[in-house]
Amino acid sequence: MTRDEITAGLAEILEEVAGVNPDDVAEGKSFTDDLDVDSLSMVEVVVAAEEKFGVKIPDNEVQNLKTVGDAVSYIEAQS
Amino acid sequence: MSRPDVVVTGLGATTPLGGDVASTWDAMLAGRSGVSALTQEWAAQLPVRIAAELAVDPSEVLDRVKLRRLDRSEAIAIIAARQAWADAGLDEAGPDPERLAVSVGSGIGGATTLLAQDDILEASGPRRVSPHTIPMLMPNGPAAWVGLELGAKAGVHTVASACATGAEAIALGLDIIRAGRADVVVAGGTEAVIHPLPIAGFSSMRAMSTRNDEPERASRPWDSGRDGFVLGEGAGVVILERADHAAARGARVYARLAGAGITSDAYDIVQPHAEGEGAIRAIARAVADADVARTDIVHVNAHATSTPVGDMLEIGALRQAVGDHPVLTATKSMTGHLLGAAGALESIATILAIRDGVIPPTINLDDPDEGLTLDVAAHKARHMEIPAALNNAFGFGGHNVALVFTRP
Repeated sequence: MTRDEITAGLAEILEEVAGVNPDDVAEGKSFTDDLDVDSLSMVEVVVAAEEKFGVKIPDNEVQNLKTVGDAVSYIEAQS
Repeated sequence: MSRPDVVVTGLGATTPLGGDVASTWDAMLAGRSGVSALTQEWAAQLPVRIAAELAVDPSEVLDRVKLRRLDRSEAIAIIAARQAWADAGLDEAGPDPERLAVSVGSGIGGATTLLAQDDILEASGPRRVSPHTIPMLMPNGPAAWVGLELGAKAGVHTVASACATGAEAIALGLDIIRAGRADVVVAGGTEAVIHPLPIAGFSSMRAMSTRNDEPERASRPWDSGRDGFVLGEGAGVVILERADHAAARGARVYARLAGAGITSDAYDIVQPHAEGEGAIRAIARAVADADVARTDIVHVNAHATSTPVGDMLEIGALRQAVGDHPVLTATKSMTGHLLGAAGALESIATILAIRDGVIPPTINLDDPDEGLTLDVAAHKARHMEIPAALNNAFGFGGHNVALVFTRP
């Protein structure tokens, strides 16, 4: 799966869970500062991403995933 | 310091009869039933397959992402509160947030969230349980959300007294203003538990009507053919305001909330006291608190849920505490029983009856119980001058609440 495909998959999740416009989702964007994803919604995003990409994202990793790009890299490395 | 007058300056509701107060009131005056057959697949196995579902689904009002984080009871509390807020003219210039309180309760709370998340837990494991589960099912959720939406910083309160909740929440609002803790209180009740488990539970108590073939005729307070209540869902919210605060901003006043009476039976967890002792005391206290003559109370929006025992006990209590003169109605004949929202919605009906000089009908009262010795506005709305009116609400647990509203 390419980075763009992972980004697109995350954009789908973010739209579903937090109402984020998919056009706003890009690797440089911060989940909290740019996309306004609060902490509870971030939990939902992580669980949905695990399901969608068939990866495990432990809770202690989540704090390192500040931007969409961080998440893409993590998922890319795991899958 | 003399006790401040408290008035009602805004109304909001979403009910089985309409998505707002105006459509609900029109439907009530027209004698329309909001009860219908449940078409969900799960209903087929239940002994009760009728209910009064919301006329307007919350998804038509609130956006999808917001709804994901709200129990249905929270969503409709927000909808009703926003309506009441706008109706009171508070959208443009709200009160001082530190003088604004909320008193909104529910009888059962976020039960459908609890059950849905338990299904997820069983099927997919704990990691799939929504992180929104707790704020969705906590009993104070509706009040907290309303407080958040409107910026209330003088305290957010949750009353829980089963079917008396909505009325008791309004009574608490009265106390808060009288005690000087707020100038404005957003008060009411909400309920949304049309789900097989609550229906099965009430059915097992033999409390619900099983007139499944005639949904619109199933809720029939005081009729000799009544066989239990019909479950409804909805929310009702009123804006209570210190009278001088309302006057200073030139607010339109619907009615005065003149008095309240709250008692408890200490008799049985679900059965009302056999002589209605607690109900009589609640009504008498409300009348005394309101400082009105009993003869001025010419109308009562009764609790009357369409159960064999409760309906008649209330008649006896009213005769003792008010007299034989008031004209009664039971709007649950049309809306079904909104449990924790009932007292709030019926307070709204009482307030509008005073304002418009018209009592909404009790439908389905085709063959009155021989014990019905008071006058009821049966079948058709009745026009009359109403200087003061009473709303009763009683709940499992032995809760009795009576509210007296008067013309401003």
